[in-house]
Amino acid sequence: MEGYPPRDAMRPKEIIGLVQLEVALDLRQKASWAGMLLYTVSAVYLCYLGVRGGLPLPTWNALFWTVLLFAAFNALARSFQREDAGRQIYLHTLVDPRSVVLARTLYNMAVMLVLSLLTLAVYVLMLGGAVLDEAQVGVFLLSVVLGGTGFATVLTLIAAIAARAGNGMGLTAILGFPLVLPLLLSVMRASKLALDGMPWSITSTYLLWLVLIDVLALALAYLLFPYLWRD
Amino acid sequence: MRHWWKALGIALLFGVVLLGLRTPLSPALVHQDPEAGPITLYDAFWTGATGSGIAETPCGPMVVRANTLEPFRFPHRSLLNESVRNLFFHVPMWFAMMVLMTISVVHSVRYLRGYDLAQDDGALSAAHVGLLFAVLGLVTGSIWARVTWGGWWTDDTKLNGAAVTTLIYCAYLVLRGSVPDERKAARLAAVYNIFAYVLMVVFLMVLPRLSDSLHPGNGGNPAFNQYDLDDRLRLVFYPAVLGWILLATWAYTLARRTRHLQTLLHHAHDA
Repeated sequence: MEGYPPRDAMRPKEIIGLVQLEVALDLRQKASWAGMLLYTVSAVYLCYLGVRGGLPLPTWNALFWTVLLFAAFNALARSFQREDAGRQIYLHTLVDPRSVVLARTLYNMAVMLVLSLLTLAVYVLMLGGAVLDEAQVGVFLLSVVLGGTGFATVLTLIAAIAARAGNGMGLTAILGFPLVLPLLLSVMRASKLALDGMPWSITSTYLLWLVLIDVLALALAYLLFPYLWRD
Repeated sequence: MRHWWKALGIALLFGVVLLGLRTPLSPALVHQDPEAGPITLYDAFWTGATGSGIAETPCGPMVVRANTLEPFRFPHRSLLNESVRNLFFHVPMWFAMMVLMTISVVHSVRYLRGYDLAQDDGALSAAHVGLLFAVLGLVTGSIWARVTWGGWWTDDTKLNGAAVTTLIYCAYLVLRGSVPDERKAARLAAVYNIFAYVLMVVFLMVLPRLSDSLHPGNGGNPAFNQYDLDDRLRLVFYPAVLGWILLATWAYTLARRTRHLQTLLHHAHDA
């Protein structure tokens, strides 16, 4: 166990290969993508049935982020689920565990980028986009994208812990919720300000904090993941 | 005498309870008005006898029955009233909790470096006792909030921070409970502990900057400066912080030893 993990440099080629593997595996499992989309559409439709139109701006914003948060939990909790013992040992002999976590985080960020924009589209379609009329739409979209990818950076390591504990979905929500809360609070504030039509100079503070949390979570995942990956 | 610090902690807390609860309060200034009689100015503060008051009209003889003259008095401020004494109980709880959580995360790092289960006992015991202090902090804070702000729970950033911290360590305990294998539970919990601790510290630094708080030192409320925390409160407050931290550390060592003995007992049964 001495000297574990090996202290060598990052391996970009390995990471790119692993991301490609993720994409290939996920494209093969179209059902999981369909499941994610269906989850989002159902959640938004439920909100639509519950509120029936015209929401005030703060509620519109809060409801959107709640839907997106649960969509993120649903999408990311399964990110280490297909790692059975055999596949894990196989990967372990081939690659550095830190490449695995970086690749998985990058891939999850891409998934969340798509998912958050899709959620927004469905949400605007069903609950109405009147609040966007006076908003700084660009800044709002940026905060949606940053928030979505931010969930991915924090929740990837949590999903790995939960998967190793053998209780994926439930545990991811319990472990992840308090850690996502800071991110959620600052991104909700940022998007609220963007919807209010505040200039970039005010909103940017919150988004910078968000990026800081993301970078920190990524660095921690990089350092800590190797310890999860052995038995 | 390697137990001196425990005695010191107890002695300090004894003094804190005695002085903190028994010291009378007195208003900063009492204005002796010739017609209306004495008028108590709760929120005045004493800047030394410069001769000029804060009133627009010239005051009559200013009789100072103040903090500054009488031997040992806590300031009597409006809203706070007698609840100012909670300063010696509510605030040190969070100091003690942060010390324990830091002890916990240090042990988690040590566990990952050598996989020694004794280190994991340390991390778990510290988290347990830390959670106890967090709950005490929430309870004392809730009572104080009811008295001064009018609600058991208010929408305040520091309260969100406290809630998140408590949730994190509850989740830590749930994670441990859900993994049957001792070593695996220790390893996963150590990883979560380090990850959560760093994010929590950043959160506690970021959050107060995102919005105003009702707490002192935020949103225009004075912090521990000359108006707010007067020297007599300070004289009891700092020993109170030290005393509670020492008591918390003692509780942690006891919890750790109990856990160690339980493990031994468990193994003795198995054998």
